[in-house]
Amino acid sequence: MEPQDQQVTANQQVTAKLQAPQTTATPAEFPATEADKIFDAKNLSIYYGSFRAVTDVSLSIYQNEITAFIGPSGCGKTTVLRTLNRMNDLIPSARVEGDVHYRGASLYRRDVSPIAVRRRIGMVFQKPNPFPKSIYENVAYGPRINGIRKKGQLDEIVERSLRQAVLWDEVKDRLGKSGLGLSGGQAQRLCIARTLAVEPDVVLMDEPCSALDPIATGRIEDLMHEIKSQYTIVIVTHNMQQATRVSDRTAFFSVLRNEKPGGNDTRTGVLVEYGTTQQIFEDPHDSRTQAYVTGRIG
Amino acid sequence: MMAIASEQQTVDLREPGGWRRTKNQIATVGMWVAFVVMLIPLGFVLFTVIAKGASAISWQFLTGNIPINVLPVTFGGVGPAVYGTLVITGFASLMAIPLGVLGGIYINEYGGNQVLARVINFFADVMTGVPSIIMGLFIFTIWVLHFGYSGFAGSLALACLMLPIVIRSTYEMLRLVPDSLREASYALGATKARVTLTVVLPAAIGGIVSGALLAVARAAGETAPLVFTILVTQTLNKNLFSGANTALSTLIFQNATQPYTGAQARAWGSALTLIAIAFILMIVARLITARFARYDR
Amino acid sequence: MSITTGADPVIPAGSASPLTKRRPFGDRSFQVLCLAAGLLVLIILALIAISMTQQSTTWFTTAGWSGVFSTNWDPAHNAYGALPFIYGTLVTAAIAIVIAFPMSLGIALLLTEVVPGRYARPIVYVIDLLAVVPSVVWGLWGFLVLAPWLQKIYQSIASGLTGFPVLSTFFGGTSVSGTSFFTTGLILAIMITPIVTSLSREVIATVPTIDREGAYALGATRWEMIRGAVWPHSQAGVVGAVLLGLGRAMGETIAAALVIGSSATITTHLFNPGYSMPSVIANEFGEATVGEFRSALIGMGVLLFVLTIIINLSARAIVDRSARRTRGA
Repeated sequence: MEPQDQQVTANQQVTAKLQAPQTTATPAEFPATEADKIFDAKNLSIYYGSFRAVTDVSLSIYQNEITAFIGPSGCGKTTVLRTLNRMNDLIPSARVEGDVHYRGASLYRRDVSPIAVRRRIGMVFQKPNPFPKSIYENVAYGPRINGIRKKGQLDEIVERSLRQAVLWDEVKDRLGKSGLGLSGGQAQRLCIARTLAVEPDVVLMDEPCSALDPIATGRIEDLMHEIKSQYTIVIVTHNMQQATRVSDRTAFFSVLRNEKPGGNDTRTGVLVEYGTTQQIFEDPHDSRTQAYVTGRIG
Repeated sequence: MMAIASEQQTVDLREPGGWRRTKNQIATVGMWVAFVVMLIPLGFVLFTVIAKGASAISWQFLTGNIPINVLPVTFGGVGPAVYGTLVITGFASLMAIPLGVLGGIYINEYGGNQVLARVINFFADVMTGVPSIIMGLFIFTIWVLHFGYSGFAGSLALACLMLPIVIRSTYEMLRLVPDSLREASYALGATKARVTLTVVLPAAIGGIVSGALLAVARAAGETAPLVFTILVTQTLNKNLFSGANTALSTLIFQNATQPYTGAQARAWGSALTLIAIAFILMIVARLITARFARYDR
Repeated sequence: MSITTGADPVIPAGSASPLTKRRPFGDRSFQVLCLAAGLLVLIILALIAISMTQQSTTWFTTAGWSGVFSTNWDPAHNAYGALPFIYGTLVTAAIAIVIAFPMSLGIALLLTEVVPGRYARPIVYVIDLLAVVPSVVWGLWGFLVLAPWLQKIYQSIASGLTGFPVLSTFFGGTSVSGTSFFTTGLILAIMITPIVTSLSREVIATVPTIDREGAYALGATRWEMIRGAVWPHSQAGVVGAVLLGLGRAMGETIAAALVIGSSATITTHLFNPGYSMPSVIANEFGEATVGEFRSALIGMGVLLFVLTIIINLSARAIVDRSARRTRGA
């Protein structure tokens, strides 16, 4: 893998502030090849109206790895994550420049259906959001809308997904009870089960543990390790320890302050450094990365 | 199930075809159809009223005396009815709006969590749903039977109709005023009445006025409360407090079933006038809402 | 003006008045005024109940329960059975709901799910315009324009359905002038749509965005998202909205009075003319100078009052409970 050189963008101010070229490290344990690339983002910039939220992000996500996006708040990690499954489409003013390729196919081509995209690339949200239905129906929702009607098949899928989410033993006797009655950690695992029920290719997680206590968090992190062999996971987290615990690769995002002559201060997110987790935390190449991971800046 | 592990360059990301897509499209079309179906009668009614009523409108129409039904629309006009609508509704507003605003102030500023305030709030809401005919019958039994028909009785009935509407809308507007404003005023040593009148009320005034105007628009168009209270007459009666009176809404009601084209034409002209009045009030209410910034985020 | 240290900031320096618990007179009288205004609501409602019930006792005592609920309405012969009007009120309101419910729900969903913010406003304005047309104008148009037009349609449907078992009992009748139960139901549906739509919209808007996103993230189409995430939350609230519409439809007087046909008969033929409580009161009150006649009309007013209060109470309770549940979850 060659290091990807930062390209000079039209916005000279932004470019001038970058201090080092972005690198993608490839240590020995990760013989990743082109064939293993799940996502390939090239020069991705995301706008909300005229506000540039994220600028010029290029990175690749590899199969069966857990990739973490870390960085201070407001630097666009969630925005980039949501770009990977076209969830930004739900915001009317959102606009994407550049492209994201999923297994070689462009996600933002005109004829691509967001529904088909999201069927393959699932998402777990920050705050658990089970439907106001029974636990069973929550998990069965995805398969149902994809045409699976037979009770036998659905039962099987529900059990399998709940087992994968390490929730089966706790709820197997009350599948008919409302999903809203679960504790925070259980509800989040229900949402994970719901996502796994459609057997996606990728699972995106947007700060999935931020609303949970440490024990529930630990459970979900174990879960992530267990399902890693079948899925590719991208997780946004503001907890650096979590990133070290679960992820194989880490991308560090930060904020560029654009000081326009008029005094209007806008923050644009930028990818600072991307590499294996070990390298990012033990041997960061960029001084900003180092400042963040050693706790000098928040 | 749907393993795509071996696909390299050819991932199919197109729209899922078949039944799912069709269902979605049918649903979306259905929603638009619902809207269009409602547009049709609206358009139809407005078109008819304008087409049949516009030709009747003239200054003479709006001010002339009401002729006998047989006479065509070129004779006389509906002046007494216009006068009646304006005066009766105006007087009703004079009674209902201040009382409604005070009531709304009570619920939000003084009531707090007390049972009485919540009960009043709840029943004010229930009262907005009481049919207007009940208000008419009520004033009939309580006033007309003792003091006879009059425009004032009509105003009373309309005021009963408007009161809960103004109370509710005032309450909703006052709720939106942030507590920090009240606290700032208290901290300067103001009494509660002063805080309410000089800080809270002005902050909410845009919404309150707008709500009141909509209540007036509603009252101006009402017929049932007047049928039982003003004993519709054909002549102009400037005395609000004694003797029968008339209004545009009751005139339309009477003339609708008349076989004479003149009477019907007067009904259409009155309908256009009524709609115009209600429409103008609605537009003014909207403009006021838009102009005065609201305090909710 | 100097403020001595330790002085109570509420009392201006130099003031001789002690810190007292008593509030100034103006402040207290304002509060009393506001309270009185609020109490008016309860007073008026109570007075309505009392005075109207009192006026209708003649009817109840003279006719008795069997007389009151008989199907025979014949003022010329002192028969004042109210059943035809109760029937008509319920039937026209039911027709109105059946028509208005899908329309209102469709428009509400259109505004919350399909149309983005900016473009929703013109649609809302149109619905508001629908609400601002006075009832008597709907009645005028209904009587002079819609009814004659519908009369021909009724005739062709009725003749087309002769012999059909179930359908002809409902749609086999006809009306000379086009005024009928169905015409009334249609106009009532148009009139209650704005309020049912706006209340449904309020209810649907309380569904948290994150629930919608959850469904979309699973690859659901918009319709599947509505069924899975929005509808379970809003179900109860929409029912409340429909109930509220039902209450409005039952109480709507003037439009009904003009297009219902003024015929006190109970029949399954929806295209036949009929009568309802508010319309008979409005149409016949002028003639009702005889004691029992007038008492009967006011008595029906009491019935209507009680019915609409019950429906409105239930509707509000359901809507409030659904909103609290959604937000609490």
